[in-house]
Amino acid sequence: MEVPRHWRLRKQRYGLVGEACPHCESKLFPPRDVCPECGKDAREPYQFSGRGEVYSFTTVYEPPTGFEEYAPYTVALVKLEEGPMVTAQLTDVNSKDVKIGMPVEMVTRKIRTDGDERGMIIYGYKFRPVLQKS
Amino acid sequence: MSPMNEEHNNLLLKPNRAVGIVGYGAYVPQYRLPAAEVARIWTNGQAALPVKEKSVPGLDEDVATMSIEAARNAMKRAQISPEQLRAIWVGSESHPYAVKPTSTIVAEAIGAAPHIQAGDWEFACKAGTEAMVAAVAFVGSGMADYAMAIGMDTAQGRPGDALEYTAGAGGAAFIFGPAQFSLAIVEYTYSYVTDTPDFFRRQYQKYPEHAQRFTGDPAYFKHITHAAQTLMEASETKPSDYRYAVFHQPNLKFPQKVAAQLGFTREQIAPGLLVGEIGNTYAGAAIIGLTAILDIAEPGDRILVVSFGSGAGSDAFSIVVTEAIRERRNLAPKTKDYIARRVPIDYAQYVRQRGKLTMK
Repeated sequence: MEVPRHWRLRKQRYGLVGEACPHCESKLFPPRDVCPECGKDAREPYQFSGRGEVYSFTTVYEPPTGFEEYAPYTVALVKLEEGPMVTAQLTDVNSKDVKIGMPVEMVTRKIRTDGDERGMIIYGYKFRPVLQKS
Repeated sequence: MSPMNEEHNNLLLKPNRAVGIVGYGAYVPQYRLPAAEVARIWTNGQAALPVKEKSVPGLDEDVATMSIEAARNAMKRAQISPEQLRAIWVGSESHPYAVKPTSTIVAEAIGAAPHIQAGDWEFACKAGTEAMVAAVAFVGSGMADYAMAIGMDTAQGRPGDALEYTAGAGGAAFIFGPAQFSLAIVEYTYSYVTDTPDFFRRQYQKYPEHAQRFTGDPAYFKHITHAAQTLMEASETKPSDYRYAVFHQPNLKFPQKVAAQLGFTREQIAPGLLVGEIGNTYAGAAIIGLTAILDIAEPGDRILVVSFGSGAGSDAFSIVVTEAIRERRNLAPKTKDYIARRVPIDYAQYVRQRGKLTMK
């Protein structure tokens, strides 16, 4: 059981909340309190829009422990529109329909459970093809 | 006003300050199980089908994740900041945890924690509307300016049972606030409740029990009829005063029958009647119908909403749409966008997605 770790990460995991650098205006994800661009303090919480595009992807058939029930699933490097690149699962998509450059949007989904069915449910960001609006 | 009306008028729930819906959002998962698939497995294809198909949640979806998306859609339409919300209440009969609130997960995900009321509501299929009435009161009393109520379910049905054809997944979120900022004003509500054990699920049981035909007359029809008629009598309105009506929709037959008995036309109920395409979304069923109506309604339209929850009771709402609907409804995906996002699955895939396979 790793309850404290999951609890600590809940804001960034549930809502894609990172940080903004007040000095060079870079947006940081995950939040790390020091701007990787200018090296100065960056502690302002920043809510990412959740929009981005697939930079690269792969499909996992042999999943690590804890993810067995979801395989096969596709993992992508998603380039967020604010700049940072995040690694995340894609969801609501067939792996053969995924393309580099495909626009995606963030959704909060179940990632896995901590241990067996008695453990906490871990939620976090995934990305899906942008919902078609009429 | 006649003495009868005066007596009934006291039954209407009306807030001290005028309250309305400032934002709303729907959610339906993308997977669909055709009812013909259930019939293929269990009746050699010989059953009468109560719906065309039902929505099925993905492997990574539950009431928390679905509520989060509906809540985000409601926030987009409300155009308020998450800190302005003072309550998030989630009504469901499929909360992911037996003990641990869904509502805190939703509140944290949309950035509304920590200065907020949060709690989970349970009243079978009317858990969502029960939370909505409370949210109207919370804002109407002046205790809060904004409160969110959600009705969402990933309904359970025993394999092969009549409910397996219809038990769907989906729901809606509503943010209530002062009437002057609202896209629809809640004129009044009325609730009608008795102890009627038509459908229930005991602790630790995976599937609910239901009393077959007993779920009809003494349960669904009695409660919805009393709630709708009392609200209309007390407010001196009649079916023709409403542009649209939506009733709890466990199948296609019940809402159409109760609507006709009450004097509503097919045209009045058509836009909110979604059960044929997404199944019975339980705590979400009546109110996702309301979101589909709000997606097309015009300012001035009056809408009657009547939920039904087994156990049993109904909440009735009279709602009048305002000018703000025109721009706000375009700020988030429409309900029909979610219905159009459709991936059909077969019974085998359904069995996997709903966790009906024993893996250990």
